[in-house]
Amino acid sequence: MKILFNVLAVFTLLLLGYGFCQAMYIAPTEATMGDVQRIFYYHLPSAWVAFLLFFVNFLASCWYLTRRSPGADALALASAEVGVSFCTIVLITGPIWARPIWGIWWTWDARLTSTLVLWLIYVSYLVLRHYATGGQVPVLAAALGIFGFVDVPIVYMAIRWFRTQHPQPVIGGGQGTGLDHTMWVAVLWNLAAFAMLALMFVLIRYRQALDEHALEEAHAQASLDYETEGAQ
Amino acid sequence: MTSPTLWAITRRSLVKDLRLEWRSKDAINSMLFFALLVVVIFSFGFDPTAEESRKIAGGLLWVAILFATVVALNQTWTRELRNQVLDAYRLSPAPPQALFLSKTIGNFLFVSILEVLMVPLFVVFYNLRSVGPVWQLLVVALLATWALVVNGTFFAALSIRTRSREIMLPLILFPISIPALLAMVDATTSILTGDNSPIFWIRLLAVYDLVFTTVSLILFEPVLNAE
Repeated sequence: MKILFNVLAVFTLLLLGYGFCQAMYIAPTEATMGDVQRIFYYHLPSAWVAFLLFFVNFLASCWYLTRRSPGADALALASAEVGVSFCTIVLITGPIWARPIWGIWWTWDARLTSTLVLWLIYVSYLVLRHYATGGQVPVLAAALGIFGFVDVPIVYMAIRWFRTQHPQPVIGGGQGTGLDHTMWVAVLWNLAAFAMLALMFVLIRYRQALDEHALEEAHAQASLDYETEGAQ
Repeated sequence: MTSPTLWAITRRSLVKDLRLEWRSKDAINSMLFFALLVVVIFSFGFDPTAEESRKIAGGLLWVAILFATVVALNQTWTRELRNQVLDAYRLSPAPPQALFLSKTIGNFLFVSILEVLMVPLFVVFYNLRSVGPVWQLLVVALLATWALVVNGTFFAALSIRTRSREIMLPLILFPISIPALLAMVDATTSILTGDNSPIFWIRLLAVYDLVFTTVSLILFEPVLNAE
């Protein structure tokens, strides 16, 4: 297990390194945006990985409510945490790109706003997990995880309509349509690297959450044994 | 003896909550005074003309109601913690959905009363006159209030199990309610200014109500029985 994990870790590092080369040196410089556009190779993969992780969180939450397995809860926690981290990367790299290209850090555009709301929902999920106490945490968290995921399409619809009603404050075309072949290669390598990285983090957090659970169980069992011994 | 129906239990529980509230007036008084304060403070913050106030009143009104609703929601379940009433509910054969429905309907009534009292105040303080049809505002108000209280009642049941529960409720309720809030504010503004059609927003609110009422009813049982 340990060896497999280390192999995976080395593989991930190699992928990240190769993805970096692809993004920084091999992919061509974008015609109008220049080198700033290269942040896109980190922005897009992070976004996709974050969305995927939120979906995993939803599946794990449903699984927990039907089966009550500690593994499902650990997976839900791990995927939400890593998902929020990657979503944070998206929200940070976006404005860094937008500032030179659009001339502003932030605009209440449909995609930006829905990503921000998504981030808020999953941060509130983590806040609940942090503040809830005792053995009821997994159930409460699973319920909120399902609420959050069900909310996503409604958020998306609402914000799209909200934005199409108002004129777009900014310009600048975004990514344009269609990518150069070499750009796609860079995107896909980085996507693979980020997906592997996310998988590593989720694995680590999953193991930790399971260990924590086992530790709590052991504590509870120990105090139970102690009480029964005292009674005899 | 036949067992009472879901509706009968819901009604019994609702009547109990209403009677308690009638005698103590805890929720409604604190909510009303809080909302009044918010309205007064807002009007210091902005000094709008009649035209401007039509544009911002929808937002101000719903934000004030949202804050006031949280005040009422926080008290929903605390009452049941005293004397382990909630544990008694768990042991009883009554369906948990009945408990949830009665609490939600109760909150719906409290918030509706608040709105009935607040709207005239808004009209007076902000010099409001609607350009669009007023009956549409009524539809928006009903759907929006349900949207706030159905999720709010559910999340109040979640936050009651956490440390610092009073602050917890808005932290989990607000992010999820963003689309509903957007819909109620934009629908109200569309009707007040008469610029756009509010139909999309009314539909969105209806979908939101339907989806979250269903999800709440399904998920309430595991949450009530969570150990």
